[in-house]
Amino acid sequence: MASAMPAASLAPRHSAPAAAHTAAQCLVRIAGLQKIYKTRDGNDIHALKDIDLDIRDAEFISIVGPSGCGKTTLLKILAGILSRTSGEVTMAGRSLSGPSRELGVVFQAPVLLPWRTVLQNVMVPIQVQRRDRAVFEARARALIAMVGLAGFEHKYPSELSGGMQQRVGICRALVHDPSFLLMDEPFGALDAMTRESMNEELQRLWRESRKTILLVTHSIPEAVYLADRVVVMTPRPGRIVDVLDIDLPRPRTLAMQNTPEFGRFVAAIRRHFGATGSLDT
Amino acid sequence: MSEQAPRSLPAWTGNLLLSATTFCIFVAGWEAAVWAFGIPKIVLPPPSAIAVAFWQSLADGELGWHLSVTLYEILVGFVVGSAGGLVLGFIIALSPLMERIFYPYVVAFQTVPKVAIAPIIVIWFGYGAASKVVITATIAFFPLLANTIMGLRATPQDQVDMMVSYTASRWQVFRMVRLMQALPYIFVGLDVAIVLSVIGAIVGEFVGAKAGLGYLILQKNFNFDMAGTFAILIILSLIGVGLHVVISMAQRRIVFWMDMSGEHVTGA
Repeated sequence: MASAMPAASLAPRHSAPAAAHTAAQCLVRIAGLQKIYKTRDGNDIHALKDIDLDIRDAEFISIVGPSGCGKTTLLKILAGILSRTSGEVTMAGRSLSGPSRELGVVFQAPVLLPWRTVLQNVMVPIQVQRRDRAVFEARARALIAMVGLAGFEHKYPSELSGGMQQRVGICRALVHDPSFLLMDEPFGALDAMTRESMNEELQRLWRESRKTILLVTHSIPEAVYLADRVVVMTPRPGRIVDVLDIDLPRPRTLAMQNTPEFGRFVAAIRRHFGATGSLDT
Repeated sequence: MSEQAPRSLPAWTGNLLLSATTFCIFVAGWEAAVWAFGIPKIVLPPPSAIAVAFWQSLADGELGWHLSVTLYEILVGFVVGSAGGLVLGFIIALSPLMERIFYPYVVAFQTVPKVAIAPIIVIWFGYGAASKVVITATIAFFPLLANTIMGLRATPQDQVDMMVSYTASRWQVFRMVRLMQALPYIFVGLDVAIVLSVIGAIVGEFVGAKAGLGYLILQKNFNFDMAGTFAILIILSLIGVGLHVVISMAQRRIVFWMDMSGEHVTGA
């Protein structure tokens, strides 16, 4: 429990279990990242200030924070769809600027193309990146089956529920076998029941694929339930105030959310938002 | 299958039945009114006289010729005008420089009533079909231009972001997303343009022509043949409805996802 407290976690590298993790296992390194928006009246808005974070290979990392803390901005910079003002982002030792084929992104809304079937939507990255269709179509079908949508390959998005659409979005993010999966509040629009089952599915998917996952969320229990580490951000300026190691055993169950250990992690994170109250907008 | 059998007829048969009934009541009321109030034939002909005139025009070969002239003007003018609007729409939507160059003129020209320049066009292009094609094309041009520009700008930013995050090039974003998003708007433009094309051809023929349904209307009007005039009006509205149905059918096939999601683009 003590290890989850700020002193240790503000410097994330310290929180790594000592000998097991070497520099080679660090997949993404974010150093001194800043994002400053200029408003129309000439003021600067510090969306992100001095962000330092190392993300280990095959790690599940969650970012929590209230609206406006810059968590989505950070994800968009990593995804290459937003530029950074200063700082360094490297992935597997190479500087990351702009979109990368090694990334898969899941968005807040499913963002499916309504004129494409489920299978055609999942194949978008393959088509864009001009990869071998025959090879990856088999993979797309396997992914669709894995998220429980077998038989829906030739349905259109409008024929699916919100939860099913988001699962298609997850398949699309995984189809080109990226090493790093970015998820921006992917379950925010779903009802509580669907959300819990999606969380279970995501945990299983992560355990089976061993991908590195960064999940942005404003649900503290969701962050704790899924992550190896939870990064806590606060707004104005958007910065990291805490990084907690969640050393709950795996695989985690929904019942675990009622244990005192789980509750202590949630409380430790919520403490940071005492002044701002709820995380929700 | 067997589950569906006991169900009543599909919704459109009901609509058709309703329209047909309304039509019959309207026609019967018209006929009765003309007869009851003793309205002269040259003011308002009864539907029966119109039906006879309609039949006579069909039997008499001249109608076929005038019909083909007007249809030719409508279709060629529509194709030329909407193709032009489409192309300029793409250029303006995709190039900010071209937008700055062309758009002020486009707006200025759009506010001119095209009907008002019809006499000039007839003088420039003569009394034949060419001047009607030009008038029709000018009228069909703007709905396509405006809707193409609007459609190409209608792509939600999150779809562009999604494509870019998967390393899509500008061209890929255009081809795979923006073009598809523009299609529903383009079809709205086509639908408006086809109806306006009928007006364009008739206005052109009113101004000065040697053949066509508009020319025939004027001729019948001069001879106080009101039943004949009405018969041609019926033909014109059938042309309009027919062309609109063709566009709608193409729209349903090509932009099928709009029907599925229940979203519709309206207006022009």
